[in-house]
Amino acid sequence: MKLLKFKGGVHPHDHKELSKSSQIMPVPAPEFVYVPLSQHTGAPSKPIVEKKAQVKKGTRLSEPVGFVSVPVHSPVSGTVMGIVPYYHPLGKKMDAIKIKVEGDEIEDGIGEERDYSNMKKEEMIEAIKMAGIVGLGGAAFPTHVKLSPPPDKPIDTVIINGAECEPYLTSDYRLMLERPDDIIKGTEIIRRILNPKRVVIGIEDNKPDAIQILREKVDGTGIEVVSLPARYPQGSEKQLIYAITGRKVPAGGLPFDVGCYVQNVGTAIAIYEALRFGKPLYERVVTITGGVNKPGNFLVPIGTPASHVIEQAGGVKGEVGKIIFGGPMMGLAQITDAVPVIKGTSGILIQLKNEVHIEDVYPCIRCSSCVDVCPMGLMPNMMEMLINAGKYEMAEKMGLMFCIECGCCSYVCPSKRPLVHTFKMGKREVLKRRKK
Amino acid sequence: MYISSSPHIRKDWNVKKIMYGVVIALMPAFIGSIYFFGWRAAYLTFLSVVTAVLTEYLFQKITKRKITAFDGSAIITGILLAFNIPVKSPWWLPVVGSFFAILVAKQFFGGLGYNIFNPALAGRAFVMASWPQIMTGRWSAPLHGSISGIDGITSATPLNLLKLHATDPAVLSRINSPEMLKNLFIGNVGGCIGETSALLLLIGAIFLFVMRYADWRISVGYIGTVFVVAWIFYLTGLTPAGPLFHILSGGVFLGGLFMATDMVTSPVTPAGRWIFGIAGGLICMLIRVWGGYPEGVSYSILFMNMFVPLLDRVRPKYLGEVKK
Ligand code: SF4
Ligand code: SF4
Repeated sequence: MKLLKFKGGVHPHDHKELSKSSQIMPVPAPEFVYVPLSQHTGAPSKPIVEKKAQVKKGTRLSEPVGFVSVPVHSPVSGTVMGIVPYYHPLGKKMDAIKIKVEGDEIEDGIGEERDYSNMKKEEMIEAIKMAGIVGLGGAAFPTHVKLSPPPDKPIDTVIINGAECEPYLTSDYRLMLERPDDIIKGTEIIRRILNPKRVVIGIEDNKPDAIQILREKVDGTGIEVVSLPARYPQGSEKQLIYAITGRKVPAGGLPFDVGCYVQNVGTAIAIYEALRFGKPLYERVVTITGGVNKPGNFLVPIGTPASHVIEQAGGVKGEVGKIIFGGPMMGLAQITDAVPVIKGTSGILIQLKNEVHIEDVYPCIRCSSCVDVCPMGLMPNMMEMLINAGKYEMAEKMGLMFCIECGCCSYVCPSKRPLVHTFKMGKREVLKRRKK
Repeated sequence: MYISSSPHIRKDWNVKKIMYGVVIALMPAFIGSIYFFGWRAAYLTFLSVVTAVLTEYLFQKITKRKITAFDGSAIITGILLAFNIPVKSPWWLPVVGSFFAILVAKQFFGGLGYNIFNPALAGRAFVMASWPQIMTGRWSAPLHGSISGIDGITSATPLNLLKLHATDPAVLSRINSPEMLKNLFIGNVGGCIGETSALLLLIGAIFLFVMRYADWRISVGYIGTVFVVAWIFYLTGLTPAGPLFHILSGGVFLGGLFMATDMVTSPVTPAGRWIFGIAGGLICMLIRVWGGYPEGVSYSILFMNMFVPLLDRVRPKYLGEVKK
């Protein structure tokens, strides 16, 4: 089938060369971990352990509250020190379970192989939920919710997302090189649950070796591996669906509205591990890159403070300018290196002081670059003007709420206007007003 | 440590780079103007640029605004204003024009980014209205050619020939001749300082398009429409000059490549830009054939400038937009 080109997009230098050839290395546990109770989109989970409780690797620490919620698990063995407000990558302090690390014990049964071939669909979904699995691409939406589309919206296309279009990040790339079989096994599970007509693994063409390996591995399974032109944000759900199927997710809608399901390659592995080994999601692969001495990809226990992980990557090469959780286009700058890695943390990018972009902001010169690159077809310059003038309803009419915050507009703006920042605030304001 | 919103990387360009890029793109035509019309062309351009920058600087100083007089945009206005006056103009003409362009057309509207009209064109319109005899009556011949572009006819520029002597058989027989077209293309004819050489303007504009400092859609729309409309008019006998004569003469290249494409005063959507360029080209031809002036470029662009807010409403459909 012919690939389509989504509109807009940008080509920033990807800097993946920094970390792409370094194998995934496990990070030894730090002294303390801080496991936030909310690491996903949806209601925070409710703790089920008390102060002084002894926990092991994989011990469940909380239970989900409602359907759109998942539990968290201990990534280490040790003693629960209590539930404390602690730094969270989202920028404010949130409740986290603080655990003092002692020994290296693992919860009974985890790691033993089990046969899941007779499991029913509902059982598999429940297992995925209780393993605490969320989308590992960054959005951290609970996976079991996506796997349970409403009955009137059957899924006919499953897309496994290996695009990894964010510059600098290489964690998905390494997983595709090092664990292609597990990706395919996880994909098969998704296929069993959703029973689609078509299963596609989409990878950007700047990762030819990953494409080749997966192409060899899918032979005979009926799964397609598609090479996508490298262009940011190719890995964004709606753009990916459009490129592969030619379908446009209706504005404000979700992928299942057009019969699609999109899941990141790392999540596919987590699904496989949950069913095959009973292993909950308590660690993940994180790319540590930028201004560190030894950029690389690390298997990090969830809840590990960034400072500890940065040390593993050889420490910072100079004076720290910014610590970014995620990639440079959509990642969040942190106020301290004490912030812990969570399920949605795909990378930590260190920008040195002299690399941080601080430039004069000019008035909009109407160059139209932002309009040209917006992958959602919006008019960022107009929306910014309207929001700054307090005309939220008009900004909404121009599609403000459909902005995916990809950052393309701010990236190209020659006047260096903080467009995305304005849109995030504008969206918040619109939601606040809707509630009233 | 710094905290700021994403994205954390930015494209390696900025307003200054764009503005100075446009200045560089105007250099071939500037050097050409010195070659064709002598050092006075450089002198007037210099006066115009200095006035533009100084006016902006003083205005910002006096009103205690941020000084952005050196961001390059005032230099562009200065150059373009000088490019739009005859080389025989008195020294104070570019000074007055530039002063008006920056003060009234740019700063009174709120400065860079807020002006509705292209400042240089507004300045030109102002001096044209105030001193029409200077602006239309004083042409000089280029170094190795004649004012008209045709040997032996020395009284008028090519466009004036068309307007005033279109019934003269000597003119009619040669107006579409290769000799005429070649002189127009090279710039070896009478006219305003920077407008005569289509070739040199085009060289600069290609640089602009490649660097994305200007949008080719507007230029292609504008010049293409002049061409097509001129052809239709030519075939139907409304104008004796052919399409090539029309696009190469007067200010079509200067206007279509450098003034209609001014980012601030043109639409921001692709569809809007097409309409802007095409409508501009059409109006230019209407003025040339039926208007009181031999040339219609500047008024056509100024006229279209007014419609930019309206054209900006031709917004693209967003991804997955549901038709209502
Ligand atoms: S951040 Fe929003 S407005 Fe800007 S380019 Fe992305 S989708 Fe468009
Ligand atoms: S990119 Fe910046 S300067 Fe250009 S139109 Fe958009 S907001 Fe204005």
